[in-house]
Amino acid sequence: MNKARRSPVNVIAAHAVLITYVLIALFPVFVILINSFKTRKAIFREPLALPDADSFSLIGYQTVLKQGDFFGYFQNSMIVTVASLFFILLFGAMAAFALAEYRFRGNTLMGLYLALGIMIPIRIGTVAILELMVSTGLVNTLLALVLVYTAQGLPLAVFILSEFMRGVSDDLKNAGRIDGLSEYTIFFRLVLPLVRPAMATVAVFNMIPIWNDLWFPLILAPAEETKTLTLGSQVFIGQFVTDWNAVLSALSMAILPVLILYVIFSRQLIRGITSGAVK
Amino acid sequence: MASRRQVRWHIIVFLAPAVLVYTAIMIFPLFNTLRLALFTEVGQVRSFVGLDNFRTLFGDARWSESFWNALGNNFWFFVIHMLVQNPIGILLAAILSHPRLRFAALYRSAIFIPTILSFVIVGFAWKLILSPIWGIAPGMLDAVGLKFLYAPWLGKEEYALTTLALVSVWQFVGIPMMLIYAALLTIPEEILEAGECDGITGAAAFWKIKLPLILPSIGIISILTFVGNFNAFDLIYAAQGALAGPDFSTDILGTFMYRTFFGFQLQLGDPHMGSAIATAMFAIILIGVCIYLFGIQTRMRRYQF
Repeated sequence: MNKARRSPVNVIAAHAVLITYVLIALFPVFVILINSFKTRKAIFREPLALPDADSFSLIGYQTVLKQGDFFGYFQNSMIVTVASLFFILLFGAMAAFALAEYRFRGNTLMGLYLALGIMIPIRIGTVAILELMVSTGLVNTLLALVLVYTAQGLPLAVFILSEFMRGVSDDLKNAGRIDGLSEYTIFFRLVLPLVRPAMATVAVFNMIPIWNDLWFPLILAPAEETKTLTLGSQVFIGQFVTDWNAVLSALSMAILPVLILYVIFSRQLIRGITSGAVK
Repeated sequence: MASRRQVRWHIIVFLAPAVLVYTAIMIFPLFNTLRLALFTEVGQVRSFVGLDNFRTLFGDARWSESFWNALGNNFWFFVIHMLVQNPIGILLAAILSHPRLRFAALYRSAIFIPTILSFVIVGFAWKLILSPIWGIAPGMLDAVGLKFLYAPWLGKEEYALTTLALVSVWQFVGIPMMLIYAALLTIPEEILEAGECDGITGAAAFWKIKLPLILPSIGIISILTFVGNFNAFDLIYAAQGALAGPDFSTDILGTFMYRTFFGFQLQLGDPHMGSAIATAMFAIILIGVCIYLFGIQTRMRRYQF
């Protein structure tokens, strides 16, 4: 590296810009989190101070746990996200394998058909999706959400995974065929383990939008027992708008799981984006 | 010959689940929605009315006013994203991509955090922070002597939409940053060194060498922003409710469609008018994607290293 490109002034300026932006990015999250641990008085008197022995209070969390079924919401979100990811990955990988491995009539056409959904948001079809779910009796079930998110995630999953599967060596698959393995065994035993990194990328890409979605839970599954965490906190906050302790605590409880997931998966996510999976 | 034409069942088995779910839940409802836009319902009976819903949507003053208001707001929402989010994203990526910058991974992860939060959290968090009742925003402006600048931004018709667009920018800056960052990393060192030999360094290197090379990525980000913005809903709904107040000044196509579909206050929900609006959204997104695919992407020069 040439030294001329980096003078100390530039380095300091670069860090200054980045630190400023990090502060802007984290400030709201920080304010919400610290104030959720304070008494109502302290929230208003010194909104920017950290909670201390005087101002510390868990009253907000007590209200949230008493009034809202946050564990139930969390469980619903978890079921919906995990099940959707499972089906996106399984069905997506299977279709991607068929497109990448076999030459058959309509292969390109099928690829294009499946890729349509990358650019066209599924929300446009909401009216008919709701009608479909009403007629099949799936309204207010988690299955409705799982189906919708699976359909939404498949196009990009097939696209990314088939790119990766084209890179799997033919010799390996043919060796398997000579040994008498069926096409299914070749897919599940030989190919799937090799594309695991790509599957992880697809999973991480889909995870956050599914977890955070408000539109479909609001429309397809608004019942109390099927509320996801996002919808549950939205409704809870709407009802408790004047109870600042409860609102701040509910927000913090909604932030926490995503933040934990992010800490676990951020490497994977960032590697996925920067490795050009979405190019 | 006959044995060659046997059906290879495994191909069908591999493709079937994905194609079935995708067709049943995505493609079929999409076209069904376009079809439903041509119907109306009078007293539980659905009847075909052709383009009447669109005539109402564009012809009836009450409807067309709401529609153009929502569309105009949506365009402004998009313009703010293009003018603020993408330049900031490019700037951050350009700084981050300097080799040997310390803590780059840390900065990157921290700046991406807002992007992973749900709209509900983001909407409410900013609503509280900007609220005149809590007073964090006026208090902070006061601390730097700019208190006179403060206004209850989300409550004023003339500022609310811009404020929400900026909140959305705050949330999503991480995406252009990451994509541009990835594009910048692929530029080979030799090209930059060759530029250096010709005396092109620092800012000039960015404008003359790197920027032309990352133009395709900027194109992708623009179309992603476009599709995302014209199908946005959650943030406005979380912060301002389905009525997109004050006085519909933050109404965009997503909230307009939701209100029409489900009804609000005294107006009953109308799935057929909702479908008509969805069809209009579909057309807008389609036009945008086509402009990108045929007008921009094919003309862009790509370089292979």
